[in-house]
Parts: sequence; structure tokens; C-alpha cells
Amino acid sequence: MLKILKYSFYDLMRSRWSYVYFLFYLLLGIVLLFLNNDLSKAVITLMNVIIILVPLIGTIFGVMYYYNSREFTELLLAQPVKRSSIFLGQYFGVATSLTMSLIIGLGMPFVFYGIFNSSAIWDFSLLLITGAFLTFIFTALAFVIALSNENRIKGFGYAILLWLFMAVIYDGLFLMSLLYFEDYPLDKFSLVATMLNPVDLSRVLILLKLDISALLGYTGAVFQKFFGTSFGLILSFVMLVFWVVVPTFFIWRIAKRKDF
Amino acid sequence: MIEIKDLYKKFGKNEVLKGIDLSIKEGGIFSILGPNGSGKTTLIKAILGMVLPDSGEISINGKSLKNDFKYRDKIDYLPQIANFPGNLKVNELIDMIKDLRASQATKDEELIELFKLQPFLNKKLANLSGGTKQKVNLVLTFMFDSPLIILDEPTSGLDPISHLRLKNLIFSEKEKGKTILVTSHILSFVEEIADEIVFLLEGKIYFKGTISELKSKTEQPDFEHAIASILSASYA
Amino acid sequence: MLQAEEGDTVLVKKGVYKEANIKINKSIALIGEDMPVIDGEAKGEIITIGADNVMLDGFKIINVGVSYTTDYAAVRVVNSTGFVIQNLELQKLFFGIYLQKSNDGKVLNNKVRGEAVTEFNSGNAIHLWYCKNVEVIGNDVQKVRDGIYLEFSDNIKITNNISKNNVRYGLHFMFSNNNYVINNVFETNGAGIALMFSKFMEVENNVIKKNWGTASYGLLLKEVNDVNMINNLFIENTVGITVEGSNRLVYSNNDFTSNGYAIRVKGACYDNQIINNNFLYNSFDISYNGRINDNKFDNNYWSNYTGYDLDKNGIGDVPYRPVKLFSYIVNRTPETIILLRSLFIDIIDFSEKVSPVFTPDDLMDNNPRMKLIQHDRN
Repeated sequence: MLKILKYSFYDLMRSRWSYVYFLFYLLLGIVLLFLNNDLSKAVITLMNVIIILVPLIGTIFGVMYYYNSREFTELLLAQPVKRSSIFLGQYFGVATSLTMSLIIGLGMPFVFYGIFNSSAIWDFSLLLITGAFLTFIFTALAFVIALSNENRIKGFGYAILLWLFMAVIYDGLFLMSLLYFEDYPLDKFSLVATMLNPVDLSRVLILLKLDISALLGYTGAVFQKFFGTSFGLILSFVMLVFWVVVPTFFIWRIAKRKDF
Repeated sequence: MIEIKDLYKKFGKNEVLKGIDLSIKEGGIFSILGPNGSGKTTLIKAILGMVLPDSGEISINGKSLKNDFKYRDKIDYLPQIANFPGNLKVNELIDMIKDLRASQATKDEELIELFKLQPFLNKKLANLSGGTKQKVNLVLTFMFDSPLIILDEPTSGLDPISHLRLKNLIFSEKEKGKTILVTSHILSFVEEIADEIVFLLEGKIYFKGTISELKSKTEQPDFEHAIASILSASYA
Repeated sequence: MLQAEEGDTVLVKKGVYKEANIKINKSIALIGEDMPVIDGEAKGEIITIGADNVMLDGFKIINVGVSYTTDYAAVRVVNSTGFVIQNLELQKLFFGIYLQKSNDGKVLNNKVRGEAVTEFNSGNAIHLWYCKNVEVIGNDVQKVRDGIYLEFSDNIKITNNISKNNVRYGLHFMFSNNNYVINNVFETNGAGIALMFSKFMEVENNVIKKNWGTASYGLLLKEVNDVNMINNLFIENTVGITVEGSNRLVYSNNDFTSNGYAIRVKGACYDNQIINNNFLYNSFDISYNGRINDNKFDNNYWSNYTGYDLDKNGIGDVPYRPVKLFSYIVNRTPETIILLRSLFIDIIDFSEKVSPVFTPDDLMDNNPRMKLIQHDRN
């Protein structure tokens, strides 16, 4: 698997798209920092970008990579290599190269700006870690979608729908159900609903850092325990890992049974 | 060498292979023929483990293929469409495949010489023409010394000289006692090289034997007419 | 000590004195050398002052009795004037310094360390009841119920104190008017300052931070009028200021940084002015219930402002609306807070901003600044 990962990674690191992605983040970091001149504000804006854009790019890039490398995949399939190694290798190759673009692209302007001497360093690191998780999660979901759909137009469609659902629609339904059932105790429900969407999960993880003062304003023992102790942080990370592992398992399973 | 027993495969509602029984002896060139959609490629892919049969069994040298991947070390496969990661250079791709196979004995330099690929070695695969890509594809296939070679439409996109070189290459491999499976639409090419043909029709083996046997069975003077008569008989 | 005459100075040597219920009924100065310890052995009150012009200086006083019926104090001043209570260290206490109907005195540089856990069995560090013209300066009070408590007390100056980790309030006013609260630090209390039923106050240059919790806020204003809040820092509080039924307040030159809510307006508040403040990275800048606004927001800097300044005069060309629709939703269904900063919420907030339906449409800062205001604090 490592060999495949290595080659996919090399291939991607030299592709135009990685550069575009990298330059985009570089530019974003520079604009946010040097036009605003305000680190805390930049971190908040960055959070919105990471939570929305990283999943979108991960999804589209994952689907695109899969479809574009189909014939090559077939060549690999004829080699004495395990199937799961091929797909997991490609997946990790894509996710790793996207993550590198993200971390280096955003990291460079912030390092030059002097993030290491700032109290925002933890907020920023948390943002990057969350961004990395989201990349891995959504690339994996994209691979699952692409593996299950031969038709690439369908595949792209489902991928975009998935993103739209996770990023916007889910929260709309979530909000409506909270308002509709407001007479019932909702804190458990809302935490569970958050855990079930990686975008919300990442958002809450960052909220724990940025908006802890607001989050602590609410009664309800479950919220208190979640937000007030390291329990919330640990649980969120465990769930993020879970969100990487489950789709990865599906890649493995679908790849094992699929015909090419 | 290859034993196929009662092989079934369907994609959705579309039954592609409906009970294939086939045994291919070691040594010689076998051509798998059939109209579009007859199941040629599916059969080849089943042998390669890329398509998983619904039922039936395939074994190579007495060993079942199920849940095995190392046997592919003994197969060289030329896929129908050559498309490689665009950002790799030709020599990187060759090194990569060697790396994946962990194989030392290769004839890549000889083959690069044969197909005159030296000027392209440092170019990215994305910038190569279709024909050149097919040559790279051929190098990748023939550079290993495996006892079984599977070629899916090997002639597509080749210029006449390369075509000729390919033919010689196939013959020289046969001389070494290898087993070669070929699919092709170009009947003259098949007629020239094949020792035995397998004709697939609607997922079943319609005919297996030599070309002269086919001619005498269909009572046609030449190969092309023999094939045509099979098709017209089946669609009549 | 019993032999001391009016106006004498009594020096107490270093040592441990196990005594309770000490009564001082003459105008004397009782001064400890090298912090002698007075141990009340939890028998009740320790020192009671019942004469004018008494000075108490330099003692460590421990073990005040705890009672649910009587408010025992380490030092109590009753019906006296001209007292000075300074440089005391109080530990294991119930109430600390209890001033009762006493005027024109000073409470200086005392250090109080309680062990309060709940409101019910703890007392206040510095407690004023029906007092006038008292200065409370340079005290450091921690881990009691209320750090400083004033009831029916006027013209009190509270400056340079530190009030931290208290169970209820850092500073608590009830029915007290014309007071000054300047240069104090209120940190991690149940709530920073509670101002209730009082008027004519100056609250300046205080630092109010990290007051976290479900019913927590930096500054509570309930039924108060004519208060000026200038140059204060509100940092990382669940709510910076909660204000209810209060009129003619001026908030200017304050910094509200990283609070859950910077200002939460509940109930009828009229004629308040919010001018020249910095609102930085608060989850919500202003929360409001109701659609009527009679308060003025002007010339503030809002880090959430996204407008532009084409004429380069330092003032944004589009007004800023500090009340988000989402804050209404959160008020109604608190659990929705978990959707804070979600894209969906941003979308509905944006649509509300474009055409206000739920939020007061005249509640806006017409002159939002483009740059952080550099306040002059010293």
C-alpha cells in the first residue's frame, strides 16, 4: 500500500490542481492577515472557510482523482498487488497531498506573520488539525461514492449533494427539529446530531476554543459536561477518527467486491 | 494451464458469462474472439481477478484464484486503453511498475530500443500521443518474463512498423514456450498469429479449435467469411 | 488594652492570641507588630468596634464562628465614624469586615482568603450596610461569597481592589447610590459586578474577566439609572453586561473582547448610549428581546463588521446591525447554540440583515468604525 501511496502522492504533488489549491490557501492566508492585520479575526474567518471549503474540495478532488485514474487503476489491478492496497493507497495519497497543500498554504503566511509568538497558535493549530481531518473524511466519502458509481456524472452529482447536505441542509433540518421539539430536553439530541455530521463536529470542536464563553451560558448537565470539561474535546476527536475509519472501511469493502 | 469451470457473471440484469468451461494448455497463442458484448473482456478480467465471478471457478496451474493476488506475478497484462497518471514521466512509470512487482529480471531497455522510446523517457505521460502511450504500454507488459501473457487489443493505435515489431515480439515469446491470450478485432492479425481460437457468443463458448477447424466447420474458404457465417447464423 | 485611654496607641507583639469577642469601645489605635495572630477558635465574632476614630492595623485574624442565624464577622464596626481598618489578613472566616451604620472611614489593603464553596454557608469579605463616605481601597478578596457587598450605602469609593474566585459576586450593590468603582479587577467570580436598584454611579477602568457559567455575567445592571461605564475591559465572560430595566446609562470607551454576549438587553431599557466601544470577537455582540429600540449605538468598532469605507473617512459607509436573528433563536431554544457559526445560520442571519423582520430595524450603528479604537488608559 505504501508504494501506491507514494506514487499517487508524487503524481498529485506535481499536478496543477495541487498548486492551485496550495496557492489558493496561500493567498487566502495572506489576504486575511495582511489586509486585516488582526490575527484573531483572521482565525475566525478561516474557520468558516475551513469548515465549508475543505469538505467541498476534498469531495470534488477525491471523485475527480478516482475517475481520472480509472485506467491506471486497472493497470495496477493486473499487477500482483492487493486490491485494498491499491485503493487505500490512492485514497491516502490524495488525502495526504490535499492536507499538505492546506497546511503549508495556510501555515506559511501565518508563520511569517508571527503565529508562534501569539496566543492564537492553539486556535490556529486546532483549525489545521480539523482541516486535515475534514480532508481525510471527505476524500474517503468521495472515494466511496466514486467506487459505488460507475457513471461519473452521477458520481459528481452525489458528491456535490453530499457536501451540500452536510454543509447546509443538515443544519437547517437540525435547527428546525430543535425549534419544533423545543418543549423537550434537547441537549442530548443536539450533541448526538452534531456527532453525526463531520462538518458540525469540526465546527463544535473549534467553537470549544473560540466561543467557549457563549457555550458555557447554557443550563443542562449534558452541555455543561460536554463544553465545560475536556470530555467534549476528547469525544469530538474520537468521533472524527471514527469518521475517518468508517468510510475507509467502506472503501476497503467495496473495493474488495467490485468488478472492473 | 488455465482451467475455467462453469463460470457465470452478470452485471445487474445483464448476464455476460453464462457458463464458460474452458481449458487452455501451456504454450501457444490463443485468441479470444467474439462480437461486441460477447464477454471477451469480462472473461479476461475474470482471469486477472478484476472481475469477481458469481459462480464457477478459475484455476491457474491447479491453484484457485479466489482470495489470491500473488498469482498475478506470473501474468503480464496489456490493458485495452492505455492511460497513465499524467504527471509521471515514462521512466518513472517503468520504475514504478518494476518496484511494484519487485522483479529484477527485466528487458525494459531492450524494448525501449525496439520501440524507439528513448526520446520520450523524460517526458510526462500526459504529453504523449496515443500511439506512443500504447508503446509504453507494450514495454510495461513485455518487460517481465512471466509464463502467461494476456493482450487486450494490442494493436490499437500502432503504426505499421511497430505493428510488425509487436508481431515478432509475440512470436519470440511463444518460442520461449509461453502461453499468450489475445483479443483483437483485426482478423488478419489473429489469423496470422493464433494457434487456436475461442469464439464467444452471448456469454457462451460457440467454438474452440484451430482456424482450419473453424473453416471446415463453417464450410467457408477463409477466416473472415467463417466468422461472418457464425454471426449471420446466430442472428438469423 | 482595657487600661488604654482615649487616643492611646496600643502595640501588640508578635504571637498567637486565642481570643474572641474583643470589644473596642474607646478611640484607640490597635497596631500589630510583625502580624500577630488572633485566633477566634470559631467561637463567634472576633473584634467589635463601637467607638469613633478607631484604627486597626496589621493583624492576622483567623477562625471566625459560622452561624446560620448571626452574621459573625472577623471585624465589625458598629455606629462609628472615622475608623481605619488596614493591612489585615483574614482567613477561615465567615464574614470579613462588616461595617454597620458607620461613616467616614477607610478599609485599606486588607487581604481576605475564604474557603467558600456554596452561597449558603459563606459570608462576604467586605460588607457595608447603611454606610456613607467610606473608601475601600487596595483590598484583595478571594474565595468568599461576595467580594465586596454594599446595601443602602452611598458615596463609597471602591478603587484598586482585586476580587477573584468568589462564589457569588465580585462586587454587589443593592439600593446604594453615588458610588465610584474605579481601577478594580474582577476575575472568575460567579458574576463580576451586580448593580441593583441603585443610581448615579461611575464605573471606570475596571477589568472584568472570565466570569463563566450558566447564570454568569461580567456586569449585571438591574433597575439602575444614570450610570456611566467608561474605559472598562470585559474579557471572556459568558455575558459581558446583562442589563434589565435600566435607563440613562452611558457605555463608552469600553472593550468587549471574546465574550459569549457583549451586551444582553432584557426588558425595558431606555435612553442608553453605547458609544466609542470596541466589540471584538464576541459570539454575539448585542442580544435584544423585543422589537423596540430607544438606545443609541454610535461610533463603535465591531470586529464582525463587513462593510466598506469608500470615502476613506474611517467610518464604514453601511450601518452595522449588531443584533443577529440567531440570538433570538438561541433565546427561545437555548440548545440551538450548538449551531453557532454554521453556514446555515450565517445564511439566515444574512437574510435578516438585508430585511429585518424579527430584530428592531432601527437598531444599528450608523457610524461603525473601520479601525480598532485605541483607548487612552493609564
